Amino acid sequence: MTRILTLLLLLLSAGPTPADSTYQSPEDFLNEVFAGAVPTAQVLWLKDDVRETSTAIMGHRYPAIRVRYWLKGTRSAWILEEIGKERPITTGIVVNNHDIERLRVLVFRESRGWEVKHPFFTDQFPGLGITPAYELDGPIDGVSGATLSVRALKKLARLALYFHSRVVTDHDAAQ
Amino acid sequence: MNNPIAHTVLLAASMSIATATTAAQQPTPEQMWEIIQSQQKEIEALKRGLQDNAKQAADADEKAEAAVVAVEESSTGSRGNWADRTTIGGYGELHYNNIDATDPANDNKEIDFHRFVLYFGHEFTDNIRMFSEFELEHALSKDTADGSNPGEVELEQAYIEFDLQDNLQARGGVFLLPVGILNETHEPNTFYGVERNDVENIIVPSTWWAGGAALSGQHDNGISWDLAIHEGLMIPTSDFRVRSGRQKTAEASAEDLAYTGRLRYTGIPGLELAASAHYQSDASQVSGDGLDAGLLLETHAVYEKGPFGLRALYAEWDFDGAAVTAAGVDKQKGWYIEPSFKPRNNIGVYARFEDLDGARTRDRFEQWEVGANFWPHEDVVIKADYRSRDHDLAGDAGRDFDAFDLGIGYQF
Repeated sequence: MTRILTLLLLLLSAGPTPADSTYQSPEDFLNEVFAGAVPTAQVLWLKDDVRETSTAIMGHRYPAIRVRYWLKGTRSAWILEEIGKERPITTGIVVNNHDIERLRVLVFRESRGWEVKHPFFTDQFPGLGITPAYELDGPIDGVSGATLSVRALKKLARLALYFHSRVVTDHDAAQ
Repeated sequence: MNNPIAHTVLLAASMSIATATTAAQQPTPEQMWEIIQSQQKEIEALKRGLQDNAKQAADADEKAEAAVVAVEESSTGSRGNWADRTTIGGYGELHYNNIDATDPANDNKEIDFHRFVLYFGHEFTDNIRMFSEFELEHALSKDTADGSNPGEVELEQAYIEFDLQDNLQARGGVFLLPVGILNETHEPNTFYGVERNDVENIIVPSTWWAGGAALSGQHDNGISWDLAIHEGLMIPTSDFRVRSGRQKTAEASAEDLAYTGRLRYTGIPGLELAASAHYQSDASQVSGDGLDAGLLLETHAVYEKGPFGLRALYAEWDFDGAAVTAAGVDKQKGWYIEPSFKPRNNIGVYARFEDLDGARTRDRFEQWEVGANFWPHEDVVIKADYRSRDHDLAGDAGRDFDAFDLGIGYQF
């Protein structure tokens, strides 16, 4: 018992080493998504009906005035954040032809719900689209004890799909 | 005047006068130069004006951009100040119980605000954080001479957590022990039933917290583990009831520390498999009293696939000691199974069967339960259920009951 206690105390007294919760920088994510030819960033202003719908999806006002995105052909990439329980989860999402092509947790800062940052969870998202009611059109199985982190990623997926539909519609109208 | 000659003379005179006048108004080259220079100055002034306007527009854009960035930074939180690094949360639940027992003396109809909880957390750095849970049970706690107050004020969590590596954490303080399904996650909107299940009340004495130190690790394949050394139970030898042995880190005896470990797998979405072990070499912390070592083994599975859900848990205590053996309670165990179905995202129905064999005879029973949860918001729940309990021993038949429960709860 004394040895275990001593070991624990040593671990605690050793203090923390810097934790690296950044799994991929947004820049690296974009370079990977667009094979090094990242298009110029564009901006979607969150106002009027965009603000209204994004608030309905998130359940609260998205904490930004505008959102940057990168659009090339039918593909758009989004870097979005949502708090799970206490800290924001930074997520990279690519939408192609109104379906999610990939979803990756770039920075995870929560102390619970660690499972959602791994592919065994995020691999459920590719191929999903959004219904007219802005719900995902397929199921996402949760993780016991990580309800809030799972909920955050599902909201961000819905938000990216909605944003994509908006910018593609605006882009088509402009042409 | 019809004389053509006179007409001609007059016309010639008029033209002559007009020509002379024009010649007199023609600018000289010097005047022309002045005019050109003046016009050039006007052009340059206009150009400067345009340039100024463009610069002003660029400045305005820059200022607007800076303002947007400032607003974005303030709205997203830079995490740089005290407030950004401090979090508040909580949960609460109100219960209505209507228990109709075989012996009317055991009937009970009551309304109770069972739990009001506030969380406070603070990040000292990105790698060192504090988390606490402060709870008022049964809405009222007052100091009475005979101790007959209905509630308790409890500090259920207050620990410092260190990130040693990305997937390795250490914590010290008061924390929830890693045992069972509900002990660590028990906000009312996360489980079915107005009351928590009885196995995780009588066998696993949730909410079960202790002061000590712990290590937790997670692996990319979905396996995680926890190890903790902490204050032990102090189970009374009067009834050997585990739940009565919790010291709640209130000047707790540390004569005999306890160890808890858990192995958990969550590598498949929707699935959780876990097993915990808890050991204490003297479960009463009094030597020679007939209650010696205690070992708790617990295992559970949670599976949620689409609208279907299933929870199952088994837990068993094994105590050493002459007195506990003589009392026939050296083994205390229980299990439950709980299938559920959500026809809609905000409505769920469930059934639960529990079989318990606890220390007290009243804690030996089988119970059926059915009910429903309605979530008007994902963090708010309204519950209703029906319970039917049958005790194992004839002497406790008067405690058999049918019950109807209602509840409302929230978390934030």
